[in-house]
Amino acid sequence: MSGLHVEGVGVSYGELAVLEDLDLVVQRSEVVVLLGPSGSGKTTLLRVVAGLRRPDSGRIRWGGEDLTDIAVHRRGVGLVFQDNALFPHRDVEDNVAFGLRVAGVPVGSRIRQVAEMLRLVGLDGFAARSVDTLSGGEAQRVALARALAPGPRLLLLDEPFGSLDRVLRDRLVGEVGDLLRSLGQTALHVTHDRDEAFAIADRIAVLGKGRIQRIGTPAEVWAEPGTVYVARCLGHVNLVELDSRGRCPLGHLAEGAGTVLVHGDRVVIGPSGDDGGPVGTVVESVFRGETTLVRVRVGDLVIGVPSTAEVGVGSEVAVVLKPGAVVPLD
Amino acid sequence: MDRSGSPLGRLSNRGLLLVALAPVTFLTVFFVYPIASILWRGATSDIGSLLESFGKPTFVRVVWFTLWQAAASTALTVVIALPTCHLLALHRFRGRAALRAATTVPFVLPTVVVGGAFTALFDRLGLDGGVFRVHHTIWAVLLAHVFFNVAVVVRTVGSFWEGMGVGPEEQARSLGASPWQALRWVTLPRLGPALASAASIVFLFCLTSFGVILILGGPTMATLETEVWRHAVWRGDLPSATALAVVQLVAVVAAVTVTNRLQRQLVVPGRQQAGRLPKPARHLLAANLAGVGLLIGLPVAVLLERSLSTHGGYSFRNYSALADRVDLLPVSSLVALSNSLLFAVLATGMAVVVGGLASVVVVHGRHWTSRLLDLGMTLPLGASAVTLGFGMLIALDEPPLDFRSSRWLVPVAHALVGVPFVIRILVPTLRSVDARLREAAAVLGASPTSVRMEVDLPIAWRGLLVGAGFAFAVSIGEFGATSFLPRSPDRLTAPLALFRLLGTPGEALRGQAMALAVVLMGLTACAVLAIERVRGPIRGSL
Repeated sequence: MSGLHVEGVGVSYGELAVLEDLDLVVQRSEVVVLLGPSGSGKTTLLRVVAGLRRPDSGRIRWGGEDLTDIAVHRRGVGLVFQDNALFPHRDVEDNVAFGLRVAGVPVGSRIRQVAEMLRLVGLDGFAARSVDTLSGGEAQRVALARALAPGPRLLLLDEPFGSLDRVLRDRLVGEVGDLLRSLGQTALHVTHDRDEAFAIADRIAVLGKGRIQRIGTPAEVWAEPGTVYVARCLGHVNLVELDSRGRCPLGHLAEGAGTVLVHGDRVVIGPSGDDGGPVGTVVESVFRGETTLVRVRVGDLVIGVPSTAEVGVGSEVAVVLKPGAVVPLD
Repeated sequence: MDRSGSPLGRLSNRGLLLVALAPVTFLTVFFVYPIASILWRGATSDIGSLLESFGKPTFVRVVWFTLWQAAASTALTVVIALPTCHLLALHRFRGRAALRAATTVPFVLPTVVVGGAFTALFDRLGLDGGVFRVHHTIWAVLLAHVFFNVAVVVRTVGSFWEGMGVGPEEQARSLGASPWQALRWVTLPRLGPALASAASIVFLFCLTSFGVILILGGPTMATLETEVWRHAVWRGDLPSATALAVVQLVAVVAAVTVTNRLQRQLVVPGRQQAGRLPKPARHLLAANLAGVGLLIGLPVAVLLERSLSTHGGYSFRNYSALADRVDLLPVSSLVALSNSLLFAVLATGMAVVVGGLASVVVVHGRHWTSRLLDLGMTLPLGASAVTLGFGMLIALDEPPLDFRSSRWLVPVAHALVGVPFVIRILVPTLRSVDARLREAAAVLGASPTSVRMEVDLPIAWRGLLVGAGFAFAVSIGEFGATSFLPRSPDRLTAPLALFRLLGTPGEALRGQAMALAVVLMGLTACAVLAIERVRGPIRGSL
């Protein structure tokens, strides 16, 4: 029963309902990533959990304790903003020490803990630096150290890597994921970036229409998104419309009309034979580093298939669906 | 309870009301009530017949002159300031910072000091009489107005110009426009909003100009401001003064309305980095530096020189004479200076307390009352000092508000003029505190009170000091309002003493006047330097 429990939370701005009767559980020592497009209410949910916004309905609990009416400064949560929100009038050490200081931690142990935090986030020796001399990545590490220093039972991260460039972002995501796991830190992390979610999450919760649409391990939600909306949020491209008899150019994929997801990594393309299977034409080949994404046109349908081999544009290929390639969606 | 907002950084309604009490009372008693008194007296007396008895032609002449001297001063200021704006906005050159600073200096000088400086200049150049007489003519007034207000145009237009960059001009040039055509067809239209805004502010300042016109215009030059003063203080003709003050109030309110509208429409563009021209044309730079140097440097330099010049060559005798009693003044200049310092300290204290509380209400209030307070508190900045002084003179003379014999009347009047400065500096500073910083502090465990102490105060502290500096500088040089207030001998301020010394011929008194002007200038300069020092970033510590 311990951990964060969001129960039936609703928030609306005037007429617009942002969150509706939303339920979510984050177990202790678990990292849950809240994934959703911008405007889906991710940040609002985070602010409600932090206590920066009162929900219009519903409760927030930690274990058996009701946090809904507890003021933000008594909740024992940590929060990292996208734009870091470091105190401009304090140096790095003062920023990290802030939470310890208001908690009344004596100077001696405060200094030790700050040094330890800075070491953890890889900023040894930055204590006396002014915050406006920090690079984007460094500032974000300080913000993380500041949030972690008072030992919050729950850490909230609001797109903390959103303003960083791709390479730095990938590196920081990996480091932060390792750090949270080594500390056994319970965390709720908000992002719209699928790769970031996969890299850091124990479970991914996809937010849409004010509710959690799907929750599960990255592998689970990726394999079976459940709905078209969730599949799109996860970046699936092969969403195939079926006719009333469940058919499409790839064959008879289901019993009736609807949309199915075709997992590109379970599709094999090869030299065209005459076994009567579907045949397509390669229309595009996009080099992606480890793999190449090959787009094949079959009838009026284009599907993307990751391939390790180069395939010439214009060549004819046989398209074979392996078991488990087709997943029905609502 | 406002449910859509963040539960942080907000005061309860009751707390807000409590904080608002002091500034609202202060504003009501010392500003709203006096102004209302003027209007009430105006409404209950027959203004038409008053103006008739005053002499209709005279009245029309005064109004007309007030308006056209303001318009002429404005036009002249804009034209003279534009080349400097261009240099400062688009070019990087050695002496740029010095040029910017030099143009800002006059704005903070007390009017009586500027009056003294130009008197000294005309004196030295022999322009105070004969064929080439400038002193006590419209030219002296125009010159001083330009001297004062170049800073306004340079600040407003210069920063706008700097922000908007030269992209379209370069486009125009590449399409075949000459520099002159690019200026006329591209630059000036783009500068339009900034020019209009700056011009309206300059016009307002010249409309309410008092000390300059009294000192440099001489005894026969009459604007609405000087006539209110002459009728009220010299002739004791309060009904006529009231009629004139009402007319002046209407003119000022109209000008303030236009100015506010123009300022609201002015969106200062974000700073452009590209397209900055490296070095200005040499002759343009030289001409500009020489012009600004002559306009601003010369009067100040001559003032310094005259203050040191005595019978047997240069000496500090004028300064030591400040301690001597002269028949003209009830107390020595030195005593007047110490009065001014005391009043300035008291006025600054009041302005900081009232302005500080008002700023908190303005920033944290969430409905029309706080907007009303914001407007009300900055009104004294727009209202002319003369109107303010006259209002206090006629309103605060009866129990329970009989302040005629109070030592506090002058500091209160000065504080009233200083409060808008405190608010204008403090409110943006408080607003600039990112809500997220407060949230970050709260999430880390800081209670609402400690959020205020740990986040808002360290950031606002600097603003409070800067505001105090301005309030002090304003009080030290305040002349218009003070000139109306009952003058018991031991309450003579330095600007009033200087005004009387300047108005009286005689070598010895002139020398003393110059010395007093230099001391006043020095005190103002100290305040301004302190402001500049404090403005730099300060660091907090554990």
